[in-house]
Amino acid sequence: MNQKQLFGAGMRNGMPVCLGYIAVGFSIGIAAKAVGLNALQGFLLSLFNNASAGEYAGLTVMAAAGSYLEIALMTLVANARYLLMSCALSQRVSPEMKFCHRLFLSYGITDELFGLGIARPGYIEPAYMYGAFSVALTGWSFGTMFGVLAGNVLSARLISALSVALFGMFIAIIIPPAKRDRAVLLCVIVSFAASFAAANLPVIAEVSEGTRTIVLTVVISAGAAVLFPVKKPTGENNGDVDSGQDV
Amino acid sequence: MKNIYIYILIMGLVSYTIRVLPMTLIRRPIKNQFILSFLYYVPYVTLAVMTFPAITEATQSPIAGMAALILGILASWFGASLFQVSVLCCAVVFVLELVL
Repeated sequence: MNQKQLFGAGMRNGMPVCLGYIAVGFSIGIAAKAVGLNALQGFLLSLFNNASAGEYAGLTVMAAAGSYLEIALMTLVANARYLLMSCALSQRVSPEMKFCHRLFLSYGITDELFGLGIARPGYIEPAYMYGAFSVALTGWSFGTMFGVLAGNVLSARLISALSVALFGMFIAIIIPPAKRDRAVLLCVIVSFAASFAAANLPVIAEVSEGTRTIVLTVVISAGAAVLFPVKKPTGENNGDVDSGQDV
Repeated sequence: MKNIYIYILIMGLVSYTIRVLPMTLIRRPIKNQFILSFLYYVPYVTLAVMTFPAITEATQSPIAGMAALILGILASWFGASLFQVSVLCCAVVFVLELVL
């Protein structure tokens, strides 16, 4: 595939992400408006952050007129999982890739776009990622802006339906490798169970969703790494990551 | 109230720093097998943890979210593409919330 085709493939696979982002961005826009942000501020918030949980967390600090240090720490904690994703992504880029791509690729490390990237075999293709960014992140920023402008236009049922597009995407990323690799399948089952337990157990449920995600990710992944070590470096591990058969 | 633009700028700087540091500092392939294995599992575990039970809380009716999860898993298991699975999940919720 040439660069243009890769960009196109990225745009195509970015479409479901875009749909979900418009819906979720919209709901963040509604929250931002409640805190007193205008449409431009809502747009910039999403443009600079690309993080649903992190933006919500930041808005709560703004609503409470918290200090600048507080909003920095809140953003750090709510977005800490991107640190892990960035580490994982650093192992999937070609050593020959130009340095500037590292700077640009970093900008779009979100749960979903990271998922799209690692779902493809071999090294990360910057053109593919930029195609997905162009569609999805535009939907995210404009979705937030529209949410500030017109929070009551979409029906609650429509927002409800659109918001599961994201989860559908998650499912489509984790299931094909789980089908091929027993260890991944086990990880998925354990993750579902542990996540459900953490969301419902007293005390633990009080911890923020972002923190629970970080702790569970570290513990379960470390356990899997001890019990089922992978043999080859992931960058060359083409058979074990998703085949990306839809591209 | 403090300046909203400064709030947004600080948030943006923190968010970008978190993402760019590992990508720029880790320049060589990692050789340690534990770290490699750990990083191989991280994305699948994170996505699984964030999918359930959150999908049942994202919808107005938890049952609709649960149905979308189960049907989405089945569709993906039997070879549906990313886009097909996403659209299916949306459609399931849209239709079920008509009747629930």
